[in-house]
Amino acid sequence: MSSSGIEVRIPTILRPFTAGAKIVTGEGATLRDLIADLGKQFTGLEERIMENGALLRFINVYVNDEDVRFIGGLDLDLNAGDKVTILPAVAGGASK
Amino acid sequence: MVLRISASLARALWEHSEKEHPIEACGVIAGLAADRAPTRHIPMENSAHSPTFYEFESKALLALYRELDDRDEVPVVIYHSHTSTEAYPSRTDIAYAGEPEAHYVLLSTREEIASRSELRSFRIVDGVVTEEPVEIIGD
Repeated sequence: MSSSGIEVRIPTILRPFTAGAKIVTGEGATLRDLIADLGKQFTGLEERIMENGALLRFINVYVNDEDVRFIGGLDLDLNAGDKVTILPAVAGGASK
Repeated sequence: MVLRISASLARALWEHSEKEHPIEACGVIAGLAADRAPTRHIPMENSAHSPTFYEFESKALLALYRELDDRDEVPVVIYHSHTSTEAYPSRTDIAYAGEPEAHYVLLSTREEIASRSELRSFRIVDGVVTEEPVEIIGD
C-alpha cells in the first residue's frame, strides 16, 4: 500500500529542482518509493539524493526527526502524515 | 562578494579553533535571511573528532536548521579549521559543500605560521571555489 501526503522539506541546494519550493508532497510505501515519486515529479531530483540505489554520503534524510541511516535506510516503511526532511551534510576537512 | 564580519565574531572563531586544535573545529555564524549579515556564532561539535575531517553531528544538524528556520535565519558563514594545512578548501571540502549561498570560512591553526594569521573566505558553488575578501569591522 502506498502512503500519500508525505511532506518533504527540500534544502536550498535542491530547490532549483522543485521550482523553488521549500516543502513538497510525495507518496510511497517506503522511503525508496517516496524518493522515486519525487524523482517523477521533479526531474533530476532523485539523482541528487541517491546513486546506485543508495543514499549519497553527503545527503542526510530524516523521517520524523530520525536520521534514516539509523532506522532502516531506504527500505523504511512510511505512513501517511510522516514528515521527511532532506539536508546536505555539513562536512569536509583537510583529508584529501 | 565580500565577507564583512565583526572583530568579536572573528575572535570567537579563532578561540574555538584554538581550543579544539589539533582536532578540526567547526560551526556556523547565523544571520537573518533578509540581510545575510553574520551575527550569531554557533559552535558545533565535530562528530568525526578528527584532525583531518569534520562533520556536524546529524541530529545536531537537523536541530540547527530547524532553529535557524524558526528565527528566519540562515547559515551565513560555515566555518572549520585546518590544523596542519593552509586555509584553503580541500577536495573533501568542495565535494561536501552544500550551501551555495554560504561563505565558507577556513582558519588555519597549523604551527608553522603566526597565530591567527590565516582566516579566508570562499564561495563553493557546483565544485567551483572563489575566494572573496574578508573585512573585519568594528568590534
